[in-house]
Amino acid sequence: MNIPYTVETRPDTGLANGKLGIWLFLGSEVMLFGALFSTYIILRNGAPEWPHGELNVWLGMTNTFILIASSVTMVMAWASLKLNNWRRHRLFLILTFVLAAVFLVNKYFEYSSHFARGEGPWHSTFLAIYYTLTGLHGLHILGGMIVMSYFIGPGAKMWKTSPEQFANRIEYTGLYWHFVDLVWIFLFPVLYLL
Amino acid sequence: MDNVSPHGSVAHGHVHEHVHEHAHEDLGFWRKYVFSVDHKVIGIQYAVTALLFLFFGFSLMMIMRWQLAYPGRPIPLIGQWLGQDRAPMGVMLPEFYNQLGAMHGTIMVFLGVVPLAVGGFGNFVLPLQIGAPDMAFPKLNMASYWSYFVGGVVMLVSFFQRGGAAQSGWTSYPPLADIAPGQTMWLIGMVFLITSSLLGSINFIVTTVQLRAKGMSWMRLPFFVWAQFVTSFLLLLAFPPLEAAAVLQLMDRLAGTSFFLPTGLVVSGKIVPVVGHGNPLLWQHLFWFLAHPEVYVLILPAMGIIGEVIANNTRKPLWGYKALVYSVTFLGFMSFVVWAHHMFMTGMGTVMSAFFQTTTMIISIPSVVILTALLLSLWGASIRFTTPMLFALAFLPMFGIGGLTGLPLGLAPSDIPLHDTYYVIGHFHYVVAPGTLFALFAGVYYWFPKATGRKMNDLLGKIHFWGSLVTINLVFMPMFIEGLAGMNRRMYDGGQQYQHNAGVLHWNVVQGYAAWGLGLFQLFFIVNFFMSIKWGTLVDKNPWQATTLEWLAPSPPGHGNFLTEPIAYRGPYEYSVPGAPRDFSPQFEPEKA
Repeated sequence: MNIPYTVETRPDTGLANGKLGIWLFLGSEVMLFGALFSTYIILRNGAPEWPHGELNVWLGMTNTFILIASSVTMVMAWASLKLNNWRRHRLFLILTFVLAAVFLVNKYFEYSSHFARGEGPWHSTFLAIYYTLTGLHGLHILGGMIVMSYFIGPGAKMWKTSPEQFANRIEYTGLYWHFVDLVWIFLFPVLYLL
Repeated sequence: MDNVSPHGSVAHGHVHEHVHEHAHEDLGFWRKYVFSVDHKVIGIQYAVTALLFLFFGFSLMMIMRWQLAYPGRPIPLIGQWLGQDRAPMGVMLPEFYNQLGAMHGTIMVFLGVVPLAVGGFGNFVLPLQIGAPDMAFPKLNMASYWSYFVGGVVMLVSFFQRGGAAQSGWTSYPPLADIAPGQTMWLIGMVFLITSSLLGSINFIVTTVQLRAKGMSWMRLPFFVWAQFVTSFLLLLAFPPLEAAAVLQLMDRLAGTSFFLPTGLVVSGKIVPVVGHGNPLLWQHLFWFLAHPEVYVLILPAMGIIGEVIANNTRKPLWGYKALVYSVTFLGFMSFVVWAHHMFMTGMGTVMSAFFQTTTMIISIPSVVILTALLLSLWGASIRFTTPMLFALAFLPMFGIGGLTGLPLGLAPSDIPLHDTYYVIGHFHYVVAPGTLFALFAGVYYWFPKATGRKMNDLLGKIHFWGSLVTINLVFMPMFIEGLAGMNRRMYDGGQQYQHNAGVLHWNVVQGYAAWGLGLFQLFFIVNFFMSIKWGTLVDKNPWQATTLEWLAPSPPGHGNFLTEPIAYRGPYEYSVPGAPRDFSPQFEPEKA
């Protein structure tokens, strides 16, 4: 039994199943982070004072550029597939993975410098929402890395049997990755600058 | 399940060869029945698990009803087994009563009704009705069932942890829920259930958009499919805020934050050492942003089932099909902007109240349109009083009572005196119990032949129906009387300590007997269900002479569903078409049959 439109697009909707699926998933993710951003706004509005300059802007800025760069390499990884250049695809996908790892290492140093000063999530409302938002975002980065490592490792053999489907999968991973990137682009000014 | 042939029914000998070409894969027992990716098996898994949870959740209530009817008297039969920290000498402790109340709500909503309505019927019926071979993502479908299963196990296990299960109500309001025992397990269980719903809703939407058969245009979709489609959007977009809220509450409990804990919180005369600056109302907003759409998740699939059963048994097209479709869509949109009508008591301000009262009155319009259309469908019909139809007919007035008694709760001035009384319990139970649950029973009786190739027994079905109808009304109707008398809805002694309840206390005893009677009448259903799997009357593929596509597939359908390519040639409810040879013209038959 074959499920139709797993690879090819359905003529009247112009979509393949996976593409619609990943967009719906991102829609629910928007609601998830939307609820947390609303929480941030409500808590900040109700707070008698709100701390400024608690975070290291340079570290945050570096991470912003790292994620933007990883979005670019992700697109290149997909475009290379479309140009049938397997070696370049491997290069860019691994590069994206490495950039994501660098982001998390950076985040680890940021977290540990706070913990070293005893500033855990219990310390203040600001740090509570900071750890929750960045922690959940970090989990999304980790999730993306797991998916990427699958396509670098055991998932890669699909390129031989069904290249178009493999390219689609990389495209959907990319869509997710850009979303994770976009969330950070909101998080950075909200937590580090404002 | 052991005698259910996966390859077509006995009545179709010639069909057998054909099916074998189709279903060449020969899966073992585990892949076929346990870790199956077939939407029908998953649907049945969902339905059976959910029915078990429904009975378990109802049993919790039967124990509570004893305590309400005879406060302080030892619980008969099972009281001695409950243990010292729940019911010493068989007498229920208040903490245990609170656990039962919280878990009754949680189990009925998140583990019973939604999995049965969406996971069970949605999974089994929707792909068949649109003429699809399976769901769009079969493995994801399996993952969502098992995520639901794990969530359910976590909820059950939570009864046995130190301090017992969650006891802050199914709404889990902080600050209480932030500091009460049992809540952490509840939150972890909810994360699994939410994940399950999210995966499921993505699957349903993609399946409906992408896998409709040739000719199955949007306005030819059966009403049930429309209802499930809108429901999936509600699940997709409303659940993530609850997931966010659950994460925040977990942080409060485990990481020492105070998202929902205000400064200077006093518990038992002592100031709780928390950071403070939190906002307990924030939880209520996040919770009800999910939980109001959730109410429509409970009711829309039920309306869908009722539409199918009514059209089939009146032998008439549904009255106002397009109005039904537009109403259900509008209802879906509006359900996102009414949530704070659950919060009139919180003092959130008159501007907010005015806004949410207005939207609440607006959302009642499409509900009334749907109910009216279903009611008018009966006009002038020669009705077949089959068991599913009896449940469908009872749904109409029962849901009507539930809906109309909600109007005073949608307006702040009348909500404030009623809000903490049994009136509210009566109102939403009329919507969900004799409303949604009756519709779900109608669905079980209606689609049972498709799932097993056998019909359920009619006599047992009718005893089940009439018994349930009488007893369930005796449980819930007195709640309006109690509520209007001012009886509080959270008293573990049934409200005996208050003078103003004296005149209505005797209803607790009536409700107790009615609840236990309702439990007894469910035995007729349970016996019928299992006996019919083995000994029910064998039927062909279209026993109800229905028009929608699922009745083209063999009963039960094999993996891959249809033997020939299903094509929709006409609308979903062409019953009694003038000039047609029979009183039903199925979607799958070409014009010149």
